[in-house]
Amino acid sequence: MHPAFSVIFLTTLIGAGQGLFMALVTGQFYSMLNLLAPQDSVSFYATGSLLSLALLVLGLFASFFHLGHPERAWRAASKWRTSWLSREVIALPAFMGLVALYGISHYFGWTQPWIVIKGQLPVDATLVLGVLGVLMAVILFVCTAMIYASLRFLQEWHTPLTVANFILFGLASGFTLAAAFSAWTGVGLVVFYGTWAVIFTILAAITRGFSMYRNSRIKHKSTLRSAIGIRHTTIRQKSMGFMGGSFNTREFFHGASGGTLTMVKLFFAVMVFMVPVVLLAMANLMESAYLPLLAFAAQYVGLMAERWYFFAEAKHPQNLYYQSVA
Amino acid sequence: MTQLALVIDLNVCVGCHACVMSCKEWNTSGWAGTMVDQRPYDADPTGTFFNRVQMFEVGEYPNTETVHFPKSCLHCEEPPCVPVCPTGASYKREDNGVVLVDYDKCIGCKYCSWACPYGVREIDEQQKVMKKCTLCIDRITDQSLPEKERRPACVLSCPTSARLFGDVHDPDSEVSMAIRENGGYQLMPEWGTQPANHYLPRRKTRIQIFDDELERADNPLKKEAPLPAAEGETLDDVAF
Repeated sequence: MHPAFSVIFLTTLIGAGQGLFMALVTGQFYSMLNLLAPQDSVSFYATGSLLSLALLVLGLFASFFHLGHPERAWRAASKWRTSWLSREVIALPAFMGLVALYGISHYFGWTQPWIVIKGQLPVDATLVLGVLGVLMAVILFVCTAMIYASLRFLQEWHTPLTVANFILFGLASGFTLAAAFSAWTGVGLVVFYGTWAVIFTILAAITRGFSMYRNSRIKHKSTLRSAIGIRHTTIRQKSMGFMGGSFNTREFFHGASGGTLTMVKLFFAVMVFMVPVVLLAMANLMESAYLPLLAFAAQYVGLMAERWYFFAEAKHPQNLYYQSVA
Repeated sequence: MTQLALVIDLNVCVGCHACVMSCKEWNTSGWAGTMVDQRPYDADPTGTFFNRVQMFEVGEYPNTETVHFPKSCLHCEEPPCVPVCPTGASYKREDNGVVLVDYDKCIGCKYCSWACPYGVREIDEQQKVMKKCTLCIDRITDQSLPEKERRPACVLSCPTSARLFGDVHDPDSEVSMAIRENGGYQLMPEWGTQPANHYLPRRKTRIQIFDDELERADNPLKKEAPLPAAEGETLDDVAF
């Protein structure tokens, strides 16, 4: 497939935004259980929510560049019964709304407990919104990933590993960003978020490793024989019906050489998995305000390469019809 | 229920591209138009087509055959492009099974083209909406035309009558009989999309190749390269 930068930006940006929000709620949950020191509502939770919301807005903005008619984008919410794209179009604004409400209620300090469970767990507005937001974030992850995983012809994508990868990459980059945000604002949660970020990064490395192994030895169901229905072992395409390019030759092939693909694969393996883990480990020792920030930047650049590779490695069966120009 | 479709006889198609041109001519001026070309006289021409004729070489030289292979939207009975459309722009007509795009609803997200394994949906670079073969829906449903002209433009223009058009659900129709009697088949049956369009396979023909047709007997220099060994099966050996 041809990787579109609008989609690469969309999926990586909202993934980091979702992960960051889930990190914020996780932090609040830990401090409610008195496992962590409580954080300031305005400077930590409200600002963090704003950061998450900014990433989501940027992602939504990027997605419009993928559309031929962005002014009709509102129509895309109508087929939620069948289309995962439609479900994503609904889940994204719903999630953005919950993030905004979570940030607003922290900003205005609506943290008086509504009820106290067993005299231990104070439940307030922010906690309810946070839990709903986390649920919606998971739904959004599934919707985004299922857009790709539901296409059964693209066998590289048609696996539960795609959903696992989207969720774990989002969590990894989100928690790394939470560590960077804590380090930058001087909140003592760098070790907490950094540890979770390393755990999610390692889990993502495992599931992505599995999917790359699977894809490297995939047996494609469609062949030139089934594509044109001719039962012969030697078939060569001599002409695709036109001399120049077409939508079919542009949209379904990345146009990069095998060497470039290998380079991108190595690049993202280093940038997504190795560099952030090393930088976060160093940040634990050095208590630097910059190292976690650097870790997030490196991981994000790596994630863009990873998403590019995700598109490039998928082989669409329609390419069987478009093998030779002359 | 009616399911209109094309049946294309690969034994007859000569690859003249008349169907491609008549399709473009009819549809660019009709309901599905316009079908604009970009840079038609420059180095990298491109454009919107509903129908393409491709060419495949089957077999090992000298026992090769050329297969001309026209392909447009197959109007699947289980079209994978329809459920993925987020706006409902892509739909299948209830009354005659033709898969169409509502150009006023299409947002140009290209998702349906990803979901089609046959590569028959193309985005119109100028109008920024998805376009595809309509089976000339404006012709075939036009009651003011004489009955024999209520057929797609490609079918009417085919000089060898390689294209048949009709209802594949009606067992007595011309297309159903052709499919039944000539071993008509569907493309990529492994995906369960059940394309309505069918192809009729190449049929067995006898061919005798004499050595002097391959080697020029009157070559004064006698410097012909040796012919490759004529081994392996030809298309005739595997055709129906």
